[in-house]
Amino acid sequence: MHPIVSTDQLSPNVTRLVLEAPRIAEIRRPGQFVIVRLDEGAERIPLTIADADAAAGTISLIIQSVGASTMDLVALQPGEAIRDVAGPLGRPTDLLDHGHAVCVGGGVGTAVVYPIAQELHRRGVSVTSVIGGRSREWVIMEEELRTAGDVVVCTDDGSYGRHGFVTEALKDLCEAGGIDEVFAVGPVPMMRAVAELTRPYGIKTTVSLNAIMVDGTGMCGGCRVAVDGETKYACVDGPEFDGHTVDFRVLADRLTTYRAFEHESLARHEACLIPRLAIHATTEGAVR
Amino acid sequence: MTDQRPTLSAKERMAIERVAMPEQDPAVRAMNFREVNLGLTRQIAMLEAERCLQCPKPYCIGGCPVSVNIPRFLKLLREGDLPGAADSLLDDNALPCVTGRVCPQENQCEGVCLRAKKGNAVAIGHLERFVADWAQAHPDELTHVKPQPTGRSIAIVGSGPAGLTAAGELAKLGHAVTIFEAFHAAGGVLVYGIPEFRLPKDIVQAEVDRLVAEGVTIVPNSIIGKTYTLPELRDRFDAVFLAVGAGLPVFMDVPGENLKGVYSANEYLTRVNLMGAWNPGSETPVLHGQRVVVVGGGNVAMDAVRTARRLGADEAVIVYRRGRDELPARAEEAHHAEQEGIRFDLLVAPVEVLGDETGWVRALRCIRMELGEPDASGRGRPTPIAGSEFEIACEMVVVAIGTRSNPLLTSTAPDLEVSPYGYITTDQYGMTSMDGVFAGGDIVRGAATVILAMGDGKRAAAAIDRWLATGFAGEPETDEAPAAEPATAEA
Repeated sequence: MHPIVSTDQLSPNVTRLVLEAPRIAEIRRPGQFVIVRLDEGAERIPLTIADADAAAGTISLIIQSVGASTMDLVALQPGEAIRDVAGPLGRPTDLLDHGHAVCVGGGVGTAVVYPIAQELHRRGVSVTSVIGGRSREWVIMEEELRTAGDVVVCTDDGSYGRHGFVTEALKDLCEAGGIDEVFAVGPVPMMRAVAELTRPYGIKTTVSLNAIMVDGTGMCGGCRVAVDGETKYACVDGPEFDGHTVDFRVLADRLTTYRAFEHESLARHEACLIPRLAIHATTEGAVR
Repeated sequence: MTDQRPTLSAKERMAIERVAMPEQDPAVRAMNFREVNLGLTRQIAMLEAERCLQCPKPYCIGGCPVSVNIPRFLKLLREGDLPGAADSLLDDNALPCVTGRVCPQENQCEGVCLRAKKGNAVAIGHLERFVADWAQAHPDELTHVKPQPTGRSIAIVGSGPAGLTAAGELAKLGHAVTIFEAFHAAGGVLVYGIPEFRLPKDIVQAEVDRLVAEGVTIVPNSIIGKTYTLPELRDRFDAVFLAVGAGLPVFMDVPGENLKGVYSANEYLTRVNLMGAWNPGSETPVLHGQRVVVVGGGNVAMDAVRTARRLGADEAVIVYRRGRDELPARAEEAHHAEQEGIRFDLLVAPVEVLGDETGWVRALRCIRMELGEPDASGRGRPTPIAGSEFEIACEMVVVAIGTRSNPLLTSTAPDLEVSPYGYITTDQYGMTSMDGVFAGGDIVRGAATVILAMGDGKRAAAAIDRWLATGFAGEPETDEAPAAEPATAEA
């Protein structure tokens, strides 16, 4: 059992859970993830380790509630617990030890680039983060990223920071030159756009792929992605790959495999939850 | 408490016909996940046990990878001494509830049974299952010997058949055993791979619970190579046994394999079995195809195709590149599959998965094969017949053509010697290139069977016990401990 230590809501549908997982807190490295299973009968869900406190024995997971299973996770309160947490899984990020890196985060992907930015900064790399959201309330982890370097915030509607997509801000940085590597994590269209943007500049671009997986150890092959013409497993060969060689079309397509099931289960779940949601809607913020 | 029964003459024994296992009606069971075989009654089991001739030199024991003393437990069974039969069986076999259901008996004990030469072998598998189920239901009637603790600790990596067997044997000897399991539940292939209708999960759980009651510690969610490294385990424990299986799926390497609707058998069966997706209320999704093609001819392929049938496939098809006689599956599984309306497209190999404009599977393109000269496995080498391509329309393709070694553990243990294919190499006693680290099961021999893995677990436990006591894993006098013979993966 992994007790929840604290929770806070970062955006209308993104929640941070801090939970006890001492061994993982001690050995995890940036880029790695865990697989959690809330309780008996629950789904196994891969989640990037956003932060860890080895002394306290805790890790932070940042969760976007998009389906029934993630809604159950973000509803957890301190004192409750997650039954299973397995990891740390995946290959740690290959990190620079000098130079200038740009970390691009879109939506909940910002939580995935944060530990990378943090470690790059610790190693003495100059870090610029470019993060975005639909509007101000959807921008997360700005404060945390400021501890690692400069931050450029972009919103689609211009309600905060720069008006426009993260790719527009990134283009200006590319034009200015001096970038050794770009790390980009976010929705598939964003990562594809970033990879296309940096390709002509010849800037190494690493992306983190959120493929569907079951075990996270290479056993099921469900997370297979096409990289440089070869089939790779996101769980053990990744989750990070060279963005210039990833076939984003295959990734985007495979991510829709269970869409019908997700809609159905969400509808079922919401039908069960209506009384509870009605009570909590005001304290939890918007519940969609 | 033995029954007073007249002793039968050999002629009388020979006159008894082999029992047929009662099973669910094929049309009914093809729509449910309950166990197909219903089990024998006590009277019928005792009668079947009378068929054993109690050979002075029984071949059946040698035919069993864990050397169960079959005539001994059958004699006790026919005398009505069920506690005695159960003690005898459990003494030889840590998981008889499992092996009584999943062993390929026709190639092992029953294959060499003297009675098979003149008719039908004694139904050893069915009787093993009967006695084992009785033992599981009557724990208080078994003899429990509490071993003297030795103070030695052993880490076992993997809780599949090899790991569970080794754990049981080592705990019986008084060692403190800790099993590290990557998944959230123990059992390995017994829980993620073999379906409920062939091996009910309650039965596996009861075997695991029995080990825990005997003092074995199980640590779930621990991936060795990630959560802990092998060198760390070696430092913390007096010995280590690696039984991680050969978990990586092999794909067909044909175009279209990344289309939606193509599963590895591992993924399909894990979603259905371990994650419970066969239950409509499960949070874990699984696709339900009306037309499902499973590629492969082994037990895993039979499990996958029969699962698809139970999840509502009107057409559930096996595509196998050799013929009916070459199917590597247990005879009973292929027979049950046929009874359940599974179609067998034999001498057929896949060449491409075809998709529609939305990225979903719409058909499997195949080619017909013919068998040529025998290959290394002794079976005819399948070769394609030019111009014989055709399509099988389907929404799902499940690939069940084998598995290979997973580098997760070995890549973080530089001192551990592996073969070019990534399998761990051991000496004749099961010890690896690392002192005090033993290995067995599929990660040594390549994808094989539950019972061969259990045999490795049993031998490794004995070797570990000797090694802890004397510093030498071999047997002191005879020096003939059989090594795990590396078998080739099924094609």
